[in-house]
Amino acid sequence: MSLDVNEIREDFDILKEPMNGKPLVYLDSAATALKPKVVLDRMAHYNTKASANVHRGVYQISNEATQMYEGARKTVADFLGAASEREIVFTKGATSALNLVAMSYGLHNLKPGDEILTTELEHHSSFLPWQNVAKVTGAVLKFVPLTEEGRVTVENVEAAVTPRTKVVALNHVSNVMGFITPIKEICEVAHRVGAVVVVDAAQSAPHMKIDVQALGCDFLAITGHKIYGPTGIGALYGRFDLLNAMAPVEFGGEMIDVVDLAGSTFKDAPFRFEAGTPPIAGAIGLAAAMDYLTGFGWDAVRQHELALRDYAISQLSQVEGLQIFNPKTDTGILSFNLDMVHPHDMATVYDANGICVRAGHHCAQLLMRFLKQPATLRATFSIYNTQADVDALVRATIEGKETFDVF
Amino acid sequence: MSSNLQNLYRQVIMDHYKNPRNKGLIADAGYQDVHLKNPTCGDDVTISVKASGDVIDDIRHEGVGCAICCSSASVMSEVLVDKTFAEALHITDSFYEIVKGEDIADDLDEDDMGDAIVYAGVSQFPARIKCATIAWKAFEEAVAEVRKARD
Repeated sequence: MSLDVNEIREDFDILKEPMNGKPLVYLDSAATALKPKVVLDRMAHYNTKASANVHRGVYQISNEATQMYEGARKTVADFLGAASEREIVFTKGATSALNLVAMSYGLHNLKPGDEILTTELEHHSSFLPWQNVAKVTGAVLKFVPLTEEGRVTVENVEAAVTPRTKVVALNHVSNVMGFITPIKEICEVAHRVGAVVVVDAAQSAPHMKIDVQALGCDFLAITGHKIYGPTGIGALYGRFDLLNAMAPVEFGGEMIDVVDLAGSTFKDAPFRFEAGTPPIAGAIGLAAAMDYLTGFGWDAVRQHELALRDYAISQLSQVEGLQIFNPKTDTGILSFNLDMVHPHDMATVYDANGICVRAGHHCAQLLMRFLKQPATLRATFSIYNTQADVDALVRATIEGKETFDVF
Repeated sequence: MSSNLQNLYRQVIMDHYKNPRNKGLIADAGYQDVHLKNPTCGDDVTISVKASGDVIDDIRHEGVGCAICCSSASVMSEVLVDKTFAEALHITDSFYEIVKGEDIADDLDEDDMGDAIVYAGVSQFPARIKCATIAWKAFEEAVAEVRKARD
């Protein structure tokens, strides 16, 4: 089955709104994806019909809200292939999920001389929490060398792990290069030395089936708004035995067992990590987005996005002076620059043409240094994008080139 | 090309971008440097100011960034030189108004603003206001440093 993109586009009202007087061409889904009506409707249903707190009230709508919220946890568990919904913690997003692991597992388990392995390919949220853990605990932060192309390989991880390696933190898909990291094989290498593997899956979750049990990872973080869900919600998967041995990082309502003057005890995971009223509407919206996305079938999603990638690469390659930094990208994430034109100047040309393209360092300054670029342009191809979107991108790129070549 | 874009990337801006004036810092204790950057886009500017008494003798700049940011530093170095601190800061305030689409101050005319007047085109692209103003912000800080050092 291939995607019926015209039908999909009907689900996104924003695509009918012009930008700068031009039809909107949205090519920045790696920053945040657009939200389909079904997500907004499901959140509105909660907010208008069952807007009660969860796990607290004995009345009917509170029970209904609790069922929707816990049902969402089950949806996330299924989406990620987790063995049980007890392994799913709702968080603000991937950033807070990764920070939770670092602040709890990292700060409590690492000692001076222990090693944390990460890469220059990471989004800041995948590597900065561990830089902090290293600073606080005296552990050593080490970087797996990238290949010339900018990939993390099993061989390079194998060469970098030592018996002192306690944590391996890396992404599933790079937000700049779009490369898929061989997580399964890396987990085998890491587990041989007793290290845990923490995966930032923010950029893979929208594009491919994730199965945490098949991957064998110990922790994995996703965010809702990149998979067509709302902002302010994400999830951490954690292997239950690890998760349930971890200390809470936030304390407050609903995470407690018995509270006493002399000390208190806390609930089992995942509730121990969800102090206070959680983002209930967000969790419900996230589940709706997961149902929506998986409804298309992963093969169809992937085939569509890769076809757009191939078309974009073939078209952009014909623009003289345009450099693609990841011509072998494994996903619909494409990074490029035009010679002698700063990416922010190009991004304004796209803006004037109704095209949303990211320009900047993409929260990946280590990688910008690796690429020897101050910043890059990035276009992402998603379920609602079309060949016409790519054509608009190419036309605007040529316009930009001509604009700046005149001078 | 859209007229908004043509308005933004005017000949004068691209000329200052490709052929910047007063570029390069001078190793001289008489200069006060201020370094500013915009971490989201990588614009990175150092402005260096030399003054005698209340009058600005020289403005130098160094850095990397987009055409709007780099050209703006070059334009500023020409517009504000030989002005008093008060005049220069007044023109700077007026520049901030121009990039927001507002008029220049009543007591200033287009000659006072020089090439800086063309940055009115930035107002159509609010995301670029920071690019246009970063050099001017650095200048303001440099003047404050000079004044502080004299107190």
